[in-house]
Amino acid sequence: MAAPPSGVNLALLDKLVAALSAKGLVTEAEITERQAITDRASPEIGARMVARAWTDPDYYALLMRDGKAAAEAAGASMAGAPELGVLENTPSQHHLVVCTLCSCYPRALLGYPPGWYKSFAYRSRAVREPRAVLAEWGTQIPDDMEIRVVDSTADYRWMVLPMRPAGTEGWSVEKLASIITRDALVGVALPRVAGSD
Amino acid sequence: MTEESPNRALHDIGGIARFRCTPVEHDEAPPDAFGKKVDAIRQILAQKKMMTVDELRRGIESIPQDEYFALGYYERWLRSIAALMVEKGVIRQEDLA
Repeated sequence: MAAPPSGVNLALLDKLVAALSAKGLVTEAEITERQAITDRASPEIGARMVARAWTDPDYYALLMRDGKAAAEAAGASMAGAPELGVLENTPSQHHLVVCTLCSCYPRALLGYPPGWYKSFAYRSRAVREPRAVLAEWGTQIPDDMEIRVVDSTADYRWMVLPMRPAGTEGWSVEKLASIITRDALVGVALPRVAGSD
Repeated sequence: MTEESPNRALHDIGGIARFRCTPVEHDEAPPDAFGKKVDAIRQILAQKKMMTVDELRRGIESIPQDEYFALGYYERWLRSIAALMVEKGVIRQEDLA
């Protein structure tokens, strides 16, 4: 999966860029700029959104009502991005996000999808045996807790809103955000308080 | 890829048994320079209304099975984008030869 591109495809990329440039459609400067914008998106944006939702009821309401607006309010660049749905974990239901057909992912708030999210194994197994997949992350969901697996699409992306763990009472938004990982926002992991185990 | 339904397309792998015993490889590496560039071009062309995500997917899903599995992730994207631009008459096949 992660083998370097072939010489044929490296050459094809150069030819495609040259042909599009000749038509005035794409410049190297635009590519560099677009890449820089994409590189800036990181799971920290999603983590901030969750931490704020845990501490600010108005923001929580906005997040559940209009994910895209809540992401913009947190500094994500959502222009042209698909809708964003937020899946709230509860004591009786855990959520896991996958894109079985390809790799749709809330990139504006989480950055590039990691390699595993795009892998054939994750895409095919997440919907068939989510508990087995979660176990590979060391994530144990109690047997009496339902797991709801949600398939992302080209038009609608999903982010998980994890439950706030015990032992975080009185924490600042920044400190809360520090325990919210990308994996927790996809649903393969849970936020952990260090030293609580 | 079609062990459970003869009508399943190549990419439609949700729940299929083929990868049942394959652990998820915890590959965390960000895309390489090639991947990032292909990704940036896709975004620019989408912004300029030259192509949509659905068209990108159709192009990826049209890649013959043997090639599909041999190509890397962003190589499939590149092949799709290039084919789409030719199909739409934006560029010519000769430009890519």
